[in-house]
Amino acid sequence: MSSRAEPIARRPRRRRRLRRVGVNALGVLVFVVMTFPVYWMVNTAFKPGIDIQSYTPKFFPHPATLRNFSDAIDRAYFWDVVKNSLVVVGVVTLLSVVLAFLAALALAKFRFYGRRAFIVLVIMVQMVPITALIIPLYVLLSRAHQVDKLSGVIITYLTFVLPFCIWTLRGFMIGVPRELEEAAMVDGSTRFGAFVRILLPLVAPGLVATSIFAFIQAWNEYIIAYVVLTSPEKQTITVWLAGFTTLRGTDWGGLMAAATLTALPVVAFFVLVHRRIAFGLTAGAVRG
Amino acid sequence: MIAAVLAYPLYMLVRLSFEQYGLREIIAHKGVWIGTANYAQILHDSQFWTVAARTVLFTAVLVTATMVLGTLIALLLAQLGPTMRVLITTGLVLAWAMPVVVAVNIWYWMVDFEFGVLNWALTELHIVDFERHDWFVSPWSGFAVIGAVIVWGAIPFVAITVYAGLTQVPRELLEAAAIDGAGPVRTFRDITMPIMKPLFVILTSLSIIWDFRVFDQIWIMRDQRPTTDYYTMSIYAFVDAFRVSEYGLGAAIAVVMVLIMCVVAVFYIREMVRVGEVR
Repeated sequence: MSSRAEPIARRPRRRRRLRRVGVNALGVLVFVVMTFPVYWMVNTAFKPGIDIQSYTPKFFPHPATLRNFSDAIDRAYFWDVVKNSLVVVGVVTLLSVVLAFLAALALAKFRFYGRRAFIVLVIMVQMVPITALIIPLYVLLSRAHQVDKLSGVIITYLTFVLPFCIWTLRGFMIGVPRELEEAAMVDGSTRFGAFVRILLPLVAPGLVATSIFAFIQAWNEYIIAYVVLTSPEKQTITVWLAGFTTLRGTDWGGLMAAATLTALPVVAFFVLVHRRIAFGLTAGAVRG
Repeated sequence: MIAAVLAYPLYMLVRLSFEQYGLREIIAHKGVWIGTANYAQILHDSQFWTVAARTVLFTAVLVTATMVLGTLIALLLAQLGPTMRVLITTGLVLAWAMPVVVAVNIWYWMVDFEFGVLNWALTELHIVDFERHDWFVSPWSGFAVIGAVIVWGAIPFVAITVYAGLTQVPRELLEAAAIDGAGPVRTFRDITMPIMKPLFVILTSLSIIWDFRVFDQIWIMRDQRPTTDYYTMSIYAFVDAFRVSEYGLGAAIAVVMVLIMCVVAVFYIREMVRVGEVR
């Protein structure tokens, strides 16, 4: 009796195991497809030139070399563009976090006329293509004599980074119940004291997330810097990297090494905040 | 104050589109009002219509690919065990973190006609003989490569967000559906989809907005001087303004882009208001 029932019971289990294997294999495939380009960049960056220019690609950088990295660093203007990028990124991050904090505070805590219209405006600006705004921005910057100056780029970045920072920070502040602050004030704290002791610690993760977001945006931006900064010693790292290909042919090893160096700081910070970014764009869209 | 800072460039854009604004005006810092002449010119320009149609087609294909693949990966994530899930999420985040300029250069290298790994793999696997094949000779295969860079970069955001949404779907509903004999496809269509609809609307509108305005990928992939075969509306507006120095004309094209985007933005904002995010 039992021996006859066995095959029936076993079949679903085997099918389930087969399914597991299939699902996992698919997962590995997705992983490989998504990470292969990144791997290929790092792999190429460590390969000597002879292995890069080979008709059968080598999948491991063996023997490995640091030559490509030294080539990239020795390339004209490398230290200039790194310095410029750091200046732009530093100023943009600092200013946008401070300004966004104040604006988000106003939006989340105080009611004022046209508040809803303002929020819609913030979202709208996020939707307007940079390629559309670059034309009027360039005309405005040329009128203000800000072309080919880092300050012109910084001002422009702020207009793009701010809306998102305000939007994200506001999400954090709405989450802080009013009663907490009121309770602190009832207990004898001043408005400022309540602000420092209650609100600030609660939105600190938001501040970190927005500053990293501003950092990544300013570091990655290409088109504005490309248009505004014309002299090579004033450009930022992305413009420098995009101009790597020359008419004499491309030094792929150097390019991949430079690309690795460009991506490194972003990867480091991105790992810390990607959850926040996804959250900020779609917050509240799904509520069980 | 902030509202003014944000709105002023938009106002300038619209004003420029009604002006003759060339090299002389850039130096004089003053445009000449010419009414709707710029619009008349682009609307009677057959190249503009080709470019517009190409941009719409390009956007439609990319958004569909991004949403379908992203959702499939999210569903896959939900099926996997925790170890595999962390592994794949890490991979997704790594791809997501690549700056656009870096990503374009990597793909450019992978499809290099001489030493590119893709041509080698396709030839080696006997799919097609692509030895010394140049992907950019035909704009179709060129756009396929550009599209691949964009979709590859956009999938992580969609997949991770949809996965986060999937975990919010109440288990009881799914179990009840399974007990009632619904298969996985049916469950997805009748339970998961309706609950996640707001999220899908938002993600799709965002993807449309992002893909419609794509500039960097095409521009850098074509060595910062694309031929007319590779023009999309962003590129066209940019070239008219910064290469031909017809800033008014470029602005008019940009205004048309913004108007098209507004239609999409309406859906996005309406959904945001409906789910109570804009209060």
